[in-house]
Amino acid sequence: MKHLLSINDIDKEFALTILDTAAEMARVSEGPVKKLPTLRGKTVVNLFAEDSTRTRISFEAAAKRLSADVINFTAKGSSISKGESLKDTAQTLQALGADAVIIRHPASGAAHRLAQGKWMNGTVINAGDGTHEHPSQALLDAYTIRKHLRGGKGDLTGLHIAIVGDILHSRVARSNVLLLNKLGASVTLVAPPTLLPHQVEAWPVKVSYNFNAVLPTVDAVIMLRIQQERMSDLYFPSQREYSTLFGIDAERLAMTKQGSILMHPGPMNRGLEISAEAADSPQSVVVEQVANGVSIRMAILYLFIAGSQESVNA
Amino acid sequence: MPNSILIKGGSIHGATAQDVLMEDGLITKIAPSLEGQFDSVIEAQGHVLLPGFVDLHTHLREPGRENSETIATGSLAAARGGYVAVSAMANTLPVADTAAIVEQVSAIGKKVGLVDVFPVGAVTKGLEGHELADLGSMAHSQAHVRMFSDDGNCVSDPLLMRRALEYVKQFNGVIAQHAQDPRLTEDSQMNEGAIASTLGLKGWPAVAEESIIARDILLANMVGSKLHICHVTTKGGVEIIRWAKAQGMKVTAEVTPHHLLLTDESAQSYDPIYKVNPPLRTQEDVLALRAALVDGTIDIVGTDHAPHPVESKECEWQNAAFGMVGLETAFPILFTTLISTGLMSWDRAAQVMSQNPAAIAGYASHGQKIEVGAPAHITVVDPKGVLVVDRAQLASKSKNTPFHGMEFQGTVVATVFNGRLTHKVGN
Repeated sequence: MKHLLSINDIDKEFALTILDTAAEMARVSEGPVKKLPTLRGKTVVNLFAEDSTRTRISFEAAAKRLSADVINFTAKGSSISKGESLKDTAQTLQALGADAVIIRHPASGAAHRLAQGKWMNGTVINAGDGTHEHPSQALLDAYTIRKHLRGGKGDLTGLHIAIVGDILHSRVARSNVLLLNKLGASVTLVAPPTLLPHQVEAWPVKVSYNFNAVLPTVDAVIMLRIQQERMSDLYFPSQREYSTLFGIDAERLAMTKQGSILMHPGPMNRGLEISAEAADSPQSVVVEQVANGVSIRMAILYLFIAGSQESVNA
Repeated sequence: MPNSILIKGGSIHGATAQDVLMEDGLITKIAPSLEGQFDSVIEAQGHVLLPGFVDLHTHLREPGRENSETIATGSLAAARGGYVAVSAMANTLPVADTAAIVEQVSAIGKKVGLVDVFPVGAVTKGLEGHELADLGSMAHSQAHVRMFSDDGNCVSDPLLMRRALEYVKQFNGVIAQHAQDPRLTEDSQMNEGAIASTLGLKGWPAVAEESIIARDILLANMVGSKLHICHVTTKGGVEIIRWAKAQGMKVTAEVTPHHLLLTDESAQSYDPIYKVNPPLRTQEDVLALRAALVDGTIDIVGTDHAPHPVESKECEWQNAAFGMVGLETAFPILFTTLISTGLMSWDRAAQVMSQNPAAIAGYASHGQKIEVGAPAHITVVDPKGVLVVDRAQLASKSKNTPFHGMEFQGTVVATVFNGRLTHKVGN
């Protein structure tokens, strides 16, 4: 297993290995010395062709805690903003001796294009490609759910998770649907029909347009960020109406089961898809998701880079 | 310059083997066995003779995009593919929307001399969809343009489309429509369906094509003009055209070789070599298109040969250019998918590759039966020939073929254009 491009690249067993490894990494992070020598001498490039704060610093923190040399390559002020092609960027990274490239890119499939092996041959970790996938986010979400609802052990069989909002444009939703299913949870997508992908019935999910009807049965609610520009693209009539029908507030939160958790991959639009009261409630694990993100990304880097010496050198 | 070519032992449309003699641009003798001294002899035992292929949908890129293709390289690719006539689409730089440009393209085509290059005129100025291009000037120019298309763009304004259809009646013109509702396909990347949804690539709904097909058939029949639908890709589009023809409505339609073979599943690689406009659809659509080409709902195969330089495809899917080259692989794909499987006769193959396109565009010297007195345009194909596509071997200046490495049965072994051998295997 050389690249992490999609949740489809890992099977259930390996997904659980990543979660277990992340738990060990979390213990390291809680210790007095937050650093492991595992990736000493390895060069990890953060190639962020799209603005991102939390994912980039999360991967950067993860790589540094594993003692890797980290090079940040971001869109603004780099050759990418000067129109350099992905191919030339990849060949540059290859020439710099990158052992792994963590790529965030606005184009769906950009990570696949890097991983085809013609331009560079390091490990490619997809940190979000267009509206396709964001595997590390799904893994940290699964980690968070498992920690709260399954005592940090085993799979997620029997749990019911709602993913709410702009499914159509969400890479987080695509990766989450695949991973949560792999781990045995059932998933309900809640969104207006305009924000659901065409032929969503082919996905292993239930679909509901009625948030209130879904709330009492779910163990976790994952709220998705709604982009401001979706309104001008005619996906829904107004922010007010969207909030009323598909936003979460204290009232809706009260409809969920005891012990259920509220999640959001961030950045949140407080007052749009999530009210401040909901975001800051005891059920909200949004801040913890960020902390878990570092552990998950340490696990991913450890398992994909340190764990596959020969393929990296091939 | 006297010139004689004997094609020996070939079978016209798959009938009994005959010898066919061509002298000075005409077919002069057809007999079981002809003897004598000839400038060239093509041994065609076991091969099939078809009227020279005519493509109504060719992007030759000259003027303006000579880094992708030139009239010379495109003509050579056409000859290799068995073509004797191509229709140079108008989306060049500058756009072929005036008499001067179409005359230039026509003149260069004649100078190259490997195929007849018939320029297609733009329907609207600059392909912008606002004002009619100089349709009459192009029709009355030395290039004698009869087919007009904004291909690459759809003539989406219904009033403008109506006016164009009406206007070209004065010189018996035909409007070739690229059926794509622009509003329904903003930023679209691939066929809208389960695969696009999974890949996170913006969908291109079938209805964007079908709604324009339906609208334009109704418009063309209301004003009594000639409409040709470029590159039909959907089962729904096929059904609309089938319905219209059953009502006695006039319309002609085209399918590309790639839409007869490939599906949207190929996008799973994110390799933009499969990115094309209109997009690859589903297997159900592919089967409907094949059936429609056989039963006459679709009239012709048009290549939509669309050369692009390497850098336009060596990138992320959404930043890549739409299009694939097709002249040199069209017949092998038709043979492999339809003729070798027994679904299509040789007579029908002659219709869809030559006779029908020539009739639609009014290319009088083309698409004629292979008989004494006819112009000497003949394509010789080998039903037992095998082609393993190697992009490096393509005559086209661009190598953006999605068929690299694929094996097809049925090859073009020789092309005779105007009594001259423009392609022969081994040469």
